[in-house]
Amino acid sequence: MNTVWLLVVCLSIVFAVINGKIDGFTKAMFEAGKAAVEVCLYLVGIVSLWLGLTKILEDSGLIYKLSNFFRPAISFLFKNIPEGHPSITSMTLNLLANLFGLGNAATPLGIKAMEDLQTLNTEKNTITFEMMLFIVINTSSIQIVPFTAIGLLASYGSRNPNVIVLPTIIATVISSATAVGILYLFKKFSRKDR
Amino acid sequence: MDTISFVFQGLIPVFIFFTVGYGFAKGVPVYDSFVSGAKDGIGIIIGIFPYVLAIFIAVKTFEASGAFDFIRTMFAFVASPFHLPPEVFSVAMVKPFSNAASLGIFTEILKSSGPDSLASIMAAVIMGSAETTFYVLAVYLGAVGIKKTKYLVPVCLAADMTGVVIAIILVKLLY
Repeated sequence: MNTVWLLVVCLSIVFAVINGKIDGFTKAMFEAGKAAVEVCLYLVGIVSLWLGLTKILEDSGLIYKLSNFFRPAISFLFKNIPEGHPSITSMTLNLLANLFGLGNAATPLGIKAMEDLQTLNTEKNTITFEMMLFIVINTSSIQIVPFTAIGLLASYGSRNPNVIVLPTIIATVISSATAVGILYLFKKFSRKDR
Repeated sequence: MDTISFVFQGLIPVFIFFTVGYGFAKGVPVYDSFVSGAKDGIGIIIGIFPYVLAIFIAVKTFEASGAFDFIRTMFAFVASPFHLPPEVFSVAMVKPFSNAASLGIFTEILKSSGPDSLASIMAAVIMGSAETTFYVLAVYLGAVGIKKTKYLVPVCLAADMTGVVIAIILVKLLY
């Protein structure tokens, strides 16, 4: 992340100077501050909501039952998670929310899943393989029906916006599988990891 | 499509009802439980905020400095021998950083080349099959304070690029 961020910010400054857009650059920085606050305010609401709900799941013991129920489905990828661990449920719920395109439930549940995975982590500032796997699956997008794209196509008068469904699903499945494959390749070549 | 959307949206209320109902049946003080869980939310977001800010600063200044337009023209140059609409690369490039910006470019493509054009369909498939990778990374890693990410970022970038290439090839083959 350090490299990516440094690169992007330096490039921006260089281009701003070359293009004489330094005032635009400064303005963009303040806009970024505003946008970050807005996004986080929005997140406070929905993350708190989902944390409240999952707390009910924990207190009623349902989360552990669900974890045992979901375990077979998820354990072939996530091998090092103990039986009945709450992270199994939070990860499964996050992945389901992603599948169904429920973005405003997916992020809070994903944050919850990261926290649950962190309880299994022995070196708190270093990422675990399970976390990487979870993030990689998340970032490769696993939505079944791309509602936003279809909606926009339709609103601009596309004759048949649903044509994108099949290629999107195929692209999503292949790219998710490739992503997991690449992750395992990296794991194999970096011996430090377990 | 509307029915599917309706059913999917209905999943959340059903889930909430089930959660609260089950808790109540088990004798959990659901209100107290909800409140005690929800109070952790603000702490998590305070922890995430600086990460989100960093990403937003990078994205916004990159756009404002004209660096983004430069890369767009570069892609247009590279794309021409393959007979690919160059706008498609703009969507692919922006999507990992910002959902709002990629939606903006997508609507531009829809307006300029029509909703049934190759460019629009390619862009739509990329929109649907790519994720806002850097935003997800910042939020998820920030939430638990992970600093050493090992090889996660290169893996995500490689995965994103493969996803875009696959989307383009698929649309080329199917249409």
